Amino acid sequence: MLNVGKIEEGFVLDHIEAGKSMELYHLLQLDTLDCTVAIIKNARSEKKGRKDIIKVECPVDMLNLDVLGFIDHTITVNVIENGVITEKLDLALPKEIKNVIKCKNPRCITSIEQELPHVFFLADPEREVYRCKYCEEKYGERA
Amino acid sequence: MRHLMRPLDFSVEELDKLFDLASDIEKNPARYAHMCEGKKLATCFYEPSTRTRLSFESAMLNLGGSVLGFSDANSSSAAKGESVSDTIRVVSCFADICAMRHPKEGAPMVAASRSKIPVINAGDGGHHHPTQTLTDLLTIRSLKGRLDHFKIGLCGDLKFGRTVHSLINALARYESVEFVLISPDELRVPDYIIEMLNEKGISFKECTRLEEAIPELDLLYMTRVQKERFFNEEDYVRLKDYYVLDKKKMKLAKEDMLVLHPLPRVNEISVEVDEDPRAAYFKQVQYGVYVRMALILTLLELV
Repeated sequence: MLNVGKIEEGFVLDHIEAGKSMELYHLLQLDTLDCTVAIIKNARSEKKGRKDIIKVECPVDMLNLDVLGFIDHTITVNVIENGVITEKLDLALPKEIKNVIKCKNPRCITSIEQELPHVFFLADPEREVYRCKYCEEKYGERA
Repeated sequence: MRHLMRPLDFSVEELDKLFDLASDIEKNPARYAHMCEGKKLATCFYEPSTRTRLSFESAMLNLGGSVLGFSDANSSSAAKGESVSDTIRVVSCFADICAMRHPKEGAPMVAASRSKIPVINAGDGGHHHPTQTLTDLLTIRSLKGRLDHFKIGLCGDLKFGRTVHSLINALARYESVEFVLISPDELRVPDYIIEMLNEKGISFKECTRLEEAIPELDLLYMTRVQKERFFNEEDYVRLKDYYVLDKKKMKLAKEDMLVLHPLPRVNEISVEVDEDPRAAYFKQVQYGVYVRMALILTLLELV
């Protein structure tokens, strides 16, 4: 059994799809934070069989919920204060995401104007389809 | 301040007002001949499109305004690496309204977000060409007297032809418009259009032979198989002559069926059809000027 110490203030991302934690780590830009991060891969899960978990010791407002909601809105976000869970945050599909994913359409204006932000909007909440704000190309590979 | 980026930017009610204005311009051109005096239209064309550019310029000149601009990227500061955002900021200081064509999709939207003057999307790659759709709608409304209760056939390149996609989306907002989608299998209309028609419960059918479909149509919208949409020359050569409208096929059509085409045509409409009173594609060009005049007046808030 692997033991990872308790955190005093921060958050625990639970029920991450097994194997997705590193992608999440980069998209949440946790690599740029000067704080303790624990990544647990392939942990046993009653619900999913296997899951990933990320524990981060840092102020909770540093977490970009939009990015998290876009990647997987079924992830459980536990907010930890003074060593105990004080809140479970609900994630939703964000209406718009900025500079999280890039438009891959070679005909899109973002392909030649590098300074433009890559903005995607939620075009179809039911099917979870995001489209580029500029060329309206569908984002094909959901994370 | 308003821009025109997409064919469906205007509601049906707003389109009615725009088309009423365009029809009044057609009937009383003198009334509008000085309405844009002192105003300037910038035509920023990053790729050549003589007809669309001249149509915009003609529209502004008919309104008493002036025009300035460039007609390909090489003769603009884009060749020096200037961004669309910067170009429109500069153009905003020179002109009162801008029509922009760009090979990259979404470029006019970037311009609109930075602009101090109204921007009209005059075509962005294979994405949108809203003034073509407005032209098509005005032509149908003027010559048929309505935008509802008819059967329209769309023929040729239905896969890459953005004018076709926009027109279907635009007509789908009107009552009892039925669609007959005539194309080779390789150039069928994309699935998202079919899904939209199904979701809205709109009557349509797909077929591959123009002769079969033509007798039941009230309107026939022909399209060019565009060489630039193909990666492969062989595919283009094989498909370009697939559907040619000629006198023989016109004999099968209703006496009041109108033939439309966004132009330029290559050989999909035989020149012998030009003299047929049902051939409306050159009238369509004229309606394009009227609708652009109405659009300029509307966006400049002069009416």
